[in-house]
Amino acid sequence: MKKLLKSSFSKSIFTFAIAVLLMTIIRNPYHVGILIFLGMNLIITMGLSLLMGYAGQISLGQAAFFGLGAYTTGILTTKLGLPIITAFPLSILLTVSIAFLVGIPTLRLRGHYLAMATLGLGEIVHIVFNELLSLTGGPSGFGNIPLIKIFGIELDNDYKYFVFVWAIVAFILFLSLNIINSRMGRALKSIHREENTASTLGVNTSRLKLTIFVISAGFASMAGFLYAHYVTFLSPGTFSLRFSILLVTMVAVGGMENIWGAITGTVVLTLLPEYLRFFKDFDILIYGIILMSIMILRPEGLYGIKIPLKRLRNNS
Amino acid sequence: MNFASQLLQYTLSGITIGSIYAMVAIGFNIIYNSTGIINFAQGDFLMLGGMLVVYFHKTLHFPLLIAGFIAVLIVGGIGIGFERLAIHPLKNPSVITLIIITIAASILFKGGAMFIWGKDSFYLASFSGDEPIRLMGATILPQTLWILAFLFLIVIALMCFFRFTIIGKAMKACAYNRKAASIVGINVNNMVLISFALSALIGGLAGVIVTPITLVDYDRGSLLGLKGFGAAIFGGLGNIGGAVAAGIIIGLLESYSAGLLSSGYKDAVALIILLMVLFFRPGGIFAKKEVQILKSF
Repeated sequence: MKKLLKSSFSKSIFTFAIAVLLMTIIRNPYHVGILIFLGMNLIITMGLSLLMGYAGQISLGQAAFFGLGAYTTGILTTKLGLPIITAFPLSILLTVSIAFLVGIPTLRLRGHYLAMATLGLGEIVHIVFNELLSLTGGPSGFGNIPLIKIFGIELDNDYKYFVFVWAIVAFILFLSLNIINSRMGRALKSIHREENTASTLGVNTSRLKLTIFVISAGFASMAGFLYAHYVTFLSPGTFSLRFSILLVTMVAVGGMENIWGAITGTVVLTLLPEYLRFFKDFDILIYGIILMSIMILRPEGLYGIKIPLKRLRNNS
Repeated sequence: MNFASQLLQYTLSGITIGSIYAMVAIGFNIIYNSTGIINFAQGDFLMLGGMLVVYFHKTLHFPLLIAGFIAVLIVGGIGIGFERLAIHPLKNPSVITLIIITIAASILFKGGAMFIWGKDSFYLASFSGDEPIRLMGATILPQTLWILAFLFLIVIALMCFFRFTIIGKAMKACAYNRKAASIVGINVNNMVLISFALSALIGGLAGVIVTPITLVDYDRGSLLGLKGFGAAIFGGLGNIGGAVAAGIIIGLLESYSAGLLSSGYKDAVALIILLMVLFFRPGGIFAKKEVQILKSF
């Protein structure tokens, strides 16, 4: 049993099973909706975790890639009337190519130039969403994006969409775990530890970083695609720098050392605001305090905190 | 209004807004130099300065000069507190952790400001009236002159500080090489504290003087912070003179593109140029060739 749980395939299946189990327990459409958004956030942060934890780079433009995925599929299916099945690869392709173009010059350099370039890119994309009125509807956005249909079933309620999104989450997890355990993953780890040593051992550091950056953009775009066909309405507010920063924070709060850290952080920071709603206008303040405390008290991230069960038992 | 005076008008408003970016960028650079981190709360120091001066001047009816002075001092104190409580206690933190802490601080400052002052925008009267000064067909607000004067003062004061005082020289040494600086007996921890205090003071001061033009609300710092960060990169991270020039260049570009192209895309123009700089001259536009590769954060 233990051996079975170790393979990336079974870990992904297990994650999917837990999610579906959760859905059947919850049975509250609002909460199921939140878990759908959690799934989308997870898809983005898993990619970001590969980039931050394994390639040691920060991207402050993931919200833009998320938005590019969403807007491309949205525009192609509503304005041009393309079927979703053709819009999907096109939206991923566009996002990935833009990431590639931004990544080429910046990832050749040492240091965090990618963070700055993606910051700029994110803002440009956000401005274009706002200003390209004929295509994007400007600040008020546009709607009527069609629903996804697979095998003749239209994903027209939250439960169906939940299963679909979490199946993709499981698939992305499977992909990420395999990337980590591949030759590429090991090479990436070596870059993060000692870039000079890695390159003397024949690791093409800049190309690897570029690959992982493009993959992370692809994941974000995938989440954007899912977002567009779930919410069926897009406006620029969702895809701002604030969201990019939140995504980076999720990964850092959970722990950058491995992908489960990103998953932990995403779950905590996606669900936290829901509980803080109770505090009304205080929510930003309390959110800030919690975030600050986590980073000061546990800078390596929440994942892997050992709860001292034994001590608790001994005391009682 | 003919084209020449129109152009002059754009130039003047570009310089105004650019000077604000320059002040934010200076704050970024001071902290960057001593710690290597990007302080995402820099824009919020401006917001706090603006909020506090409005509070002391309009609610508590202090004279403007005293209100401004207290506001700047309090923001400086907040900077010191922030460093001592959140940055200093960490042992061997990674740069990313520190950056996330500044993001948390930014959220905290915004949340705090919203809690105390609510979500409204506040207005502060100009220091010396709103009567625009005419200049060859263009107009200039008196407050603009105040902003320019203060930017000039800040730059001169910093130049003297870094050139003539021991602390300033020690901070410069930390910027070049932190390890070497600590070997020759410089207390790097204190330099970090001073850099936070200095950045917060400059941020607070900038907040006080720009509020009559930009107004202030709890979320005002974000965009100014972003633009200031852009200016800091544009001029080369850590390069204070570069930051001033870059801030004004970005302000001018924005103003020209807003006037001559379209107001919606004015931010995009500045950002596209920023990306080009990153791609082709990653050390900033004023860096020498050999510095390009070395500088990293």
